[in-house]
Amino acid sequence: MSNSNLSTMRVVLVEEELQFTLIELGHACHAETQRLVELVEEGVLTPSGEGLADWRFAGVSLRRARTALRLMHELELTAPAVALVLDLLDRIDGLRSRLRQAGLS
Amino acid sequence: MEFKDYYATLAVKKTATADEIKRSYRKLARKYHPDVSKEADAESRFKDLAEAYEVLGDAEKRAAYDDVGNRAQSGQEFRPSPGWDSGYEFGGRGAGEFSGGFAGGYGQADHSDFFDALFGRAARGQREQEPARSGDHHAKIRIDLMDAYRGGHRSISLRVPQIDADGRVKLHERTLDVNIPKGIRAGQHLRLAGQGSPAAAGAPAGDLYLEIEFAEHPHFRLEGRDVYVDVPVAPWEAALGASIAVTTPDGSVQMKLPSGSTAGRKLRLKGKGLPGTPAGDLYAVLSIALPPADTVPAQEAYSALAKAFTDFRPRQPPESSP
Repeated sequence: MSNSNLSTMRVVLVEEELQFTLIELGHACHAETQRLVELVEEGVLTPSGEGLADWRFAGVSLRRARTALRLMHELELTAPAVALVLDLLDRIDGLRSRLRQAGLS
Repeated sequence: MEFKDYYATLAVKKTATADEIKRSYRKLARKYHPDVSKEADAESRFKDLAEAYEVLGDAEKRAAYDDVGNRAQSGQEFRPSPGWDSGYEFGGRGAGEFSGGFAGGYGQADHSDFFDALFGRAARGQREQEPARSGDHHAKIRIDLMDAYRGGHRSISLRVPQIDADGRVKLHERTLDVNIPKGIRAGQHLRLAGQGSPAAAGAPAGDLYLEIEFAEHPHFRLEGRDVYVDVPVAPWEAALGASIAVTTPDGSVQMKLPSGSTAGRKLRLKGKGLPGTPAGDLYAVLSIALPPADTVPAQEAYSALAKAFTDFRPRQPPESSP
């Protein structure tokens, strides 16, 4: 295997410097775009722009989309179910974070 | 190679029906899915479950597995004879469809050697529903808190599955020199353009996404950009106030401890968390450390304290409580 040289490698911080089109997010998640459209319809992903071709997904969408797709595929969940699961996971994360701040976990 | 008891993994009997297997798999999958579970070994447990279900959830594979199982016992050395599986035909996707094992979900990468010996590469990834072809790859990297404070170059080793001339999947070690941006947080991703693989012959290489994880630090807890550290103080420091030294990832700083401080109180050092715009804050979480009463003078000091606080009722319930 090659050892890649940094001088030729462009490193981008996805969450702060990147936006995805629908197609790009599909590639990054290895997902059919139809799957992502379902997630947008359920409010799991919230792109800016009108119409599929103009949709732009913020960098943070990558993590959320991948988690949603994993759960749909591996636990055989529907898009509405995964939307609920992600909301509940966010709430659990929030509660856990409060425990950690207090040094209780 | 050890024989794997997939029935035990899925907690079902050998006589279980397809429905029973599915039910048990779903129940355990919900419990151990790494996106949901906080069990320490969730990821490896889930991989085992997915592999077991990939076999037992498929009538053809289950029959082949049972056939082998009748001749072997779990935990014993298992050695498939060359070409033993030539009589089985699996309905999976053919060779050349392998889309990079580490790219997708938790369940589909890294089959055990046992699975590969039984079913070979042709059976890989069958459960995946029409993965879109893409050369983008994903991997997780673990960095230290100090890497995020200071930024800079880190040499990172990745294991990349590749198909060799014989059609076998082998893991290759690949080393990348990555520039870690100052202030990067857990769960964020770095994109390395062109470091994936071509989606099809002749196509340009996809990108490599690296997800950031932090190695646990013995003293500091990270919460987004904010850093938390426990700071024990003496009872008189808490009561009377003091100037105390607090260790931050950036070195030691003096901090003013207000009089009347209590355990659990958080003191904020603005801008001393992870760097960024805005920078995070550092929170010193106070705890009260009691000196031991193991000498006569120490015991006398506690007695004097008791005499000075005859009205102090630490266990008196607050009046508003029921």
